[in-house]
Amino acid sequence: MVLNMGPQHPSTHGVLRVVLELDGEIVRRADPVIGYLHTGIEKSCESKTYSQAITLTDRIDYLAPLSNNLCYCLAAERLIGLDVPKRAQYIRVLLTELTRITSHLVWLGTHAIDLGAMSVFLYSFREREEIMKIYEYVSGQRMMTSYFRIGGLALEPPPDWLERVRRVMESMPGHVDEYETLLTENRIWMGRTKGIGVLKIEDAIALGASGPMLRGSGLAYDNRKAFPYSSYDEFDFNIPTQTDGDCYARYKVRVAEIRESIKIVKQAMEKIPSEGPFRAEAPGIIPPSREEMKTSIEGLIYHFKIFTEGFAPPPGEVYQVIESPRGELGVFMASDGSPKPYRVHFRAPSFVNLQTLRKLCEGRLIADVVACIGTTDIVLGEVDR
Amino acid sequence: MESQEIDKISAVRKLQEWDAKAIGEVVEAKGETTIVIPSDHLFQVARYLASEPSLLFSFLSDICSVDRFTLEPRFEVNYHLLSFQLGVRLRLKVKLPGTDPVISSVFSIWPTADWHERENFDLFGIRFEGHPNLQRILMPDEWEGYPLRKDYPTEGYR
Repeated sequence: MVLNMGPQHPSTHGVLRVVLELDGEIVRRADPVIGYLHTGIEKSCESKTYSQAITLTDRIDYLAPLSNNLCYCLAAERLIGLDVPKRAQYIRVLLTELTRITSHLVWLGTHAIDLGAMSVFLYSFREREEIMKIYEYVSGQRMMTSYFRIGGLALEPPPDWLERVRRVMESMPGHVDEYETLLTENRIWMGRTKGIGVLKIEDAIALGASGPMLRGSGLAYDNRKAFPYSSYDEFDFNIPTQTDGDCYARYKVRVAEIRESIKIVKQAMEKIPSEGPFRAEAPGIIPPSREEMKTSIEGLIYHFKIFTEGFAPPPGEVYQVIESPRGELGVFMASDGSPKPYRVHFRAPSFVNLQTLRKLCEGRLIADVVACIGTTDIVLGEVDR
Repeated sequence: MESQEIDKISAVRKLQEWDAKAIGEVVEAKGETTIVIPSDHLFQVARYLASEPSLLFSFLSDICSVDRFTLEPRFEVNYHLLSFQLGVRLRLKVKLPGTDPVISSVFSIWPTADWHERENFDLFGIRFEGHPNLQRILMPDEWEGYPLRKDYPTEGYR
């Protein structure tokens, strides 16, 4: 029997359709059908200036907007050849790690509710809200922050923001313990995830899986270590790995990653100097400060030029890779020397990781398909772009 | 970082020693190495890079195309490879003509190419010969035209 699961189904996390070929309750083949949320973001980028396109990157992976901002800005900065001040780099690290925590919390809550554990969802969204308040305090927005700009940050963060981060981070490890007491040793949870959706390491590599999908299968690979960006090489953290490659292993990896991210945030709080520039000095590329724009003729000219026509990086192309909460996020950017990107392509980790679904579900029960979709941690906005 | 640079140079040299005719220009720019490959050699080069024990470019990160409309050859297809063993990234670039762009599929080497190739077929109209299921993936099946081509209007045809 052929059964359509989705596109409207509560456990497909959006508009994913999975065509299941069934033999009784056994899944013989599971084919994901995607594209329901395709909005042509890559095409839209080509008709916007480099700075304007940042707002579109938020909307690709809407659970980790700052990771997308970061990857896009790093690509543009490499294209221009721009150095970002250390202070801005550390703030970027801090905020992207907070993003990793919020993204994993959403994953944990929704994955648990899919498998019948309701209370974890309520707890994890409670903590997520506290971090969202930090985003709002710093950037003015809870979700679509667009806070990272080419060359640095959008604005100077408010003076006492680190105090708020510290308060949230102090209680965070206790909350993670709380989730673990509900799940890690829970017999139902283990029954639903252990030995389910096994991805062998050679399959993971062949299918291009990255992030927790790859690390759950036993390969300790992380772009933050292998190709450090934004001063990640100055931070001390571990790469959590598990060898079983099943849903439980990926659960363990992600929970451990939350703890590692807390560690990185704490180190970043120590490193961030209270004074210093929050964006690079690059006339014609970075907008001048409000005061400069009002008082100097050059400032006024640059301000006008940047906001009317943008800036033109030299011709060339780059492929920038970062470790987003979901895996390897890549931005390919090609410039033809005009103020608009000639081509922007997003290597979306969800898109590639979703390809493993067929492998995960083969020969399993329908109920396990729900666990397998949850464990790949897809965001349909990113899959379809 | 420096050892990665050395590994990258030796990987390129190894490829040149293996078959100098199979590879075109090697471009170093912005810290990235691009190897231009004539389209009929792509499959052999890809298989060599993925299977040679001292290189093992086992991870295909991404395939993405660029439309250089009005220029000929019009299309560029970029393959972004990663070798876990060397910690090195490489870009293979293949240039294809504007009329009937066809290239051999690398699906049998890297199964992850499945959706990447479908995406490029869908949005650019590049055919990947030997792909088991070359259908549209993001756009509806009955869609006309290839949206990411430069002669396709941003607002679509009306």
